[in-house]
Amino acid sequence: MAQAPSRNGKSLNGVVMEFEAVIGLETHVQLCTKTKIFCSSSTEFGAEPNQHIDPVTLGLPGSLPVLNRQVLENAIMLGLAMNCEIRRYNRFARKHYFYPDLPKGYQISQYEEPICERGHLNVPMDGAIRTIGITRIHMEEDAGKNIHDSRTHSSLIDLNRAGVALLEIVTQPDLRSPAEASAYLRTLRQIVRFLGVSDGNMEEGSLRCDANISLRPVGQVKFGTRTEIKNLNSFKFVERALEYEIARQMSLLKSGKSIVQETMLFDSATGATRSLRSKEESADYRYFPDPDLPPLVIEEAYIRSIQERMPTLPEQRSKELVDGYGLTAYDAQVLTVERMNIDFFEEVFKVCQNAKLACSWLTSELFGALNTAGLDLKRSPVSARNLGELVKLIDSEAISGKMAKTVFEEMFATGKAPGEIVAARGLKQLTNDDDIAKVVESVFANNAKQLADYVGGNDRLHAFFVGQVMKSTQGTANPKKVNDIILSLIKKRRG
Amino acid sequence: MSDLTHLSISDLRTGLAGKKFSSRELTQTYLDKIDKTKELNAFILVDRDKALAAADQADKMRAAGSNLPLLGIPGAIKDMILTKDVRTTAASKILQNFVPPYSATVVNRLEAAGSIVLGKTNLDEFAMGSSNENSAFGAVKNPWDIERVPGGSSGGSAAAIAACLAPYALGTDTGGSIRQPASFCNIVGIKPTYGRVSRYGVVAYASSLDQVGPMARTVQDCAEICQVLSGHDEFDSTSVDKPVPQYVAGLKKGVKGLRLGIPKEYFIKGLDPEVEKAVRGAIKQLESLGATTVEISLPHTELAVAVYYILAPAEASSNLARYDGVRYGYRAQGSKDLMDLYCRSRSEGFGQEVQRRIMIGTYVLSSGYFDAFYLKAQKVRTLIAQDFQKAFAEKCDVIVSPTAPTTAFRIAEKVTDPLAMYLNDIFTIPVNLAGLPGMSLPCGFDSKGLPIGLQLIGKPWDEETLFNAGFAYESGTEWHKRLPEMAKV
Repeated sequence: MAQAPSRNGKSLNGVVMEFEAVIGLETHVQLCTKTKIFCSSSTEFGAEPNQHIDPVTLGLPGSLPVLNRQVLENAIMLGLAMNCEIRRYNRFARKHYFYPDLPKGYQISQYEEPICERGHLNVPMDGAIRTIGITRIHMEEDAGKNIHDSRTHSSLIDLNRAGVALLEIVTQPDLRSPAEASAYLRTLRQIVRFLGVSDGNMEEGSLRCDANISLRPVGQVKFGTRTEIKNLNSFKFVERALEYEIARQMSLLKSGKSIVQETMLFDSATGATRSLRSKEESADYRYFPDPDLPPLVIEEAYIRSIQERMPTLPEQRSKELVDGYGLTAYDAQVLTVERMNIDFFEEVFKVCQNAKLACSWLTSELFGALNTAGLDLKRSPVSARNLGELVKLIDSEAISGKMAKTVFEEMFATGKAPGEIVAARGLKQLTNDDDIAKVVESVFANNAKQLADYVGGNDRLHAFFVGQVMKSTQGTANPKKVNDIILSLIKKRRG
Repeated sequence: MSDLTHLSISDLRTGLAGKKFSSRELTQTYLDKIDKTKELNAFILVDRDKALAAADQADKMRAAGSNLPLLGIPGAIKDMILTKDVRTTAASKILQNFVPPYSATVVNRLEAAGSIVLGKTNLDEFAMGSSNENSAFGAVKNPWDIERVPGGSSGGSAAAIAACLAPYALGTDTGGSIRQPASFCNIVGIKPTYGRVSRYGVVAYASSLDQVGPMARTVQDCAEICQVLSGHDEFDSTSVDKPVPQYVAGLKKGVKGLRLGIPKEYFIKGLDPEVEKAVRGAIKQLESLGATTVEISLPHTELAVAVYYILAPAEASSNLARYDGVRYGYRAQGSKDLMDLYCRSRSEGFGQEVQRRIMIGTYVLSSGYFDAFYLKAQKVRTLIAQDFQKAFAEKCDVIVSPTAPTTAFRIAEKVTDPLAMYLNDIFTIPVNLAGLPGMSLPCGFDSKGLPIGLQLIGKPWDEETLFNAGFAYESGTEWHKRLPEMAKV
């Protein structure tokens, strides 16, 4: 059988693709609101089990949900950031299933009336932009956690997480490779962190992803039968699980077998997916509008007020860095990975007014030092203002680049301002022509023989005199000026 | 002084304030009477020590100058409503040992007003029933005839008030559960507008229909309690932030010029002729006081029971999912796995009627049936509400009808025929579906000596007119003064 080339000619696991992957993601983002979505219990991570509970969390008889308005605001903000339409008439729905970590026997979610619909997200991918359709974003509550103790054959339940606010973001089946899925997730993470609605921490479960994946022959419009891989909790696992599932489905299709629509789990230890349940076994959730929560009517003015308070998004800020500051697209991307990076950069720039130098000192020196020290920018010993002052000293040639590195090291170690360090160590660069000329003349006087040779035509001695001048100024002289002044004084002597 | 237990709330207040009796004496008198009438089975729990301690506290507060509106006045609470540290069962085996860590907002409000909880009254399990026979703690008997039911689901509260075991009681009303037992027991009961009274801490049966209300022997007593219960609660998103009028202050307004709507669909075959006669007599009485009458039509009335028995079970099947034997409540022993634990805890813990409604509700919410049942029922519910809106907009201020088609029936008479039982709520259910305030008050007795109730239905948020009209009627009649023999012991 002839193998048709894949859409972009790339190969996967060494096999030339004749099928293309169609991937859609459902991502749960845990919001960093102080309290839960329907009650006032804390959402703090890492507490002892069952500390953040109350009648609502426990699903006690008579308890009722009251919506945390912050959740609504965060949902609208994310919807606006993802170019969604905001639904004016919203309802919550109950999704029913029995499980010990679900205290009420139903999850309060949204079903037919989600808060955000029909949006898109621009995802940078290999230097280009891929636009991924967003079907919907809805608000819901998280479940608790069951912990199975194999020694005692018992199950323990921790309800601290039950009722924590989640946004579920559902994409169109627009993703075509594991790498695209991963790039989409990274962009989503970047946006929720920019907006400050979530910490996007996959390890702590603040970002969890279910992937729907099917294959179809290239050129075919109709989708193939899909499988859903549940609960992927790292970028790496998303890619690995999808790669595995693509290979699995492809080998089935190539041997003439069909795909069974089923829900899968990814085992990170084996790197394989396995079936959790088939479509026939899937639950009937018996959704219906929650009668405890009246419909939410969203006013235009409310949406506008959120829009006004919204921070500028990475895509826009990246554009400003390139167009306004003249940075490269690469630098812009590095600076917009996190909102605090670019905020820090802008502080540095405000002080020094040299964008390129500010960017390079931030991204190579400071990021490098932080990385080595295992710190993040929030805990940087060098403040944005001090880094700006340092760049200003370099830019005005008050100190040399080499001296600056020494100063930076001390700034990083002590948190001191650069001016203070320069003054204390007498590191101020010698830039005055007359002062430098005086030093040069004294070096000439102390090296009469070499001077005579140099004036006589031995140009190789130029480097010797530069070195002597730098030595006698302890490196504070501006090397370029030293160079120029020696040349001009020799020229004079040569007549 | 005559029997303390026959006094109205305002007389009790006067007596306590004038030091004619203490709250302890009053509370003790009620507790003794409850002891003597145990055959009624009106209470599931009476906490004598707690009640007396609260009475002593109230007496101390009065001595210190407090004059809270209900200071030292006892009341009974339907066991559907949570009382902190006092067992609350919803008359179900599944909650037979449940001691809530918090009180319902309505209980907090009553206690903040100085009232004392005598105990928790019996009911149909999870408020599902019209006869109070579906209780894991046994049936309640009607003080007017202990062979008969007191009505339901607030049967324990109604029996307690009729037998003078408390000056007031709280009930809950999802399809008539305050009004129908009030009618069967010759007392007054009001279901306020949906959203008027907080549902926080009230065991949910059907959330979009449930409402708490007072039951007492006079309209004024109901108005006094309703005043304390009403108002916005930040813990209940469906409670509405609207000003609450001063109900008692307006009671003497009268009914002059009040337009009474008489719905023709409520005077139908199946309505006991003796009930019809009493209700027509009451309407005449109101006319003689200056009200006018107009015939109105509520054309979707006949669909109300069917709609109710789709929507209420749908919500109940969801609300009762939490009783799974995992965190609290009854848990079957020796389950072999999780599914077994769920199935057995729920099969053993819930009674037959509750299981029937859970199954109906699960069915109507299932995919493939949802549109035909739940969604269709919601549409008809809207039509029923529109019938009332139209009548109020075009013709009348208050609607007058019988509360129930019959007087109290015999215990066990209808238990094997749920449909006949369901039809007993035919005049009360539409009021819940439309979210309106509805009141039942005594308007006569049949030839067997059983009480008959008159229902007044008001515009949304217009409890005031119901109290005023009810008070005017009551002031010109003696029905509410009749007490069963049992109340005279």
